[in-house]
Amino acid sequence: MADKELDARGLNCPLPILRAKKALGELSSGQTLKIIATDPGSVKDFQAFAKQTGNTLMESGEGNGEFTFLLKKA
Amino acid sequence: MSNKRMALIASKGTLDWGYPPLILASTAAALDYEVQIFYTFYGLNLLRKDLNLKVSPLGNPGMPMKMPFGPDWFKGINWNIPNLIQAGIPGFESLATVLMKQTIRNKGVASIAELRSLCLEAEVKMIACQMTVDLFGMKTSDFIDGIDYAGAAAFLEFAGDSDICLFI
Repeated sequence: MADKELDARGLNCPLPILRAKKALGELSSGQTLKIIATDPGSVKDFQAFAKQTGNTLMESGEGNGEFTFLLKKA
Repeated sequence: MSNKRMALIASKGTLDWGYPPLILASTAAALDYEVQIFYTFYGLNLLRKDLNLKVSPLGNPGMPMKMPFGPDWFKGINWNIPNLIQAGIPGFESLATVLMKQTIRNKGVASIAELRSLCLEAEVKMIACQMTVDLFGMKTSDFIDGIDYAGAAAFLEFAGDSDICLFI
């Protein structure tokens, strides 16, 4: 169970990333954020986001036209 | 984590060209970049309090003309209207602007105003080209607060130490 959940469905680039950044700001180190998105570009974008910000992308899933990501705050 | 810097020059003031600098700047800020945007010539339109950006299909042959309403097959049609005809129809640019704004909303793409306020929230530094302001007799009261007015030397100081530098 994630500490926080972000519904980014229907949002397009770069909004899922920007909203995720904001949501992570409200968490403490080690806490997790689950993101649900519908933008297919978000798959690569969240990988790049994790790599560049040092937050860990723990899970990445896809199903029913939705993409889910689990980020752990650095 | 990263202490990277990105320097952008925003030189265009239409609805379509307003997106690249603001998308890149807001995203880079989310990735902890330090970001500066230097707005020059028509790019200054992006700093107006009253954002009244338009898009023109004229001289923009790559721009699709699609309808943002109706069934999918109808939305999928690319209306191939020759530039010469577009130029001759009064109000064509206003129509194209309305259609594009609707498409932007339909697709969950942020508005220019939204991206701009996200940039400001993320402390993206906005610099208006003082020379352009003087050249076109623009009023600083027309622009949003919290921006700086400077020239080429100020941009180059930041850009000289940047990791990414783009002219848009």
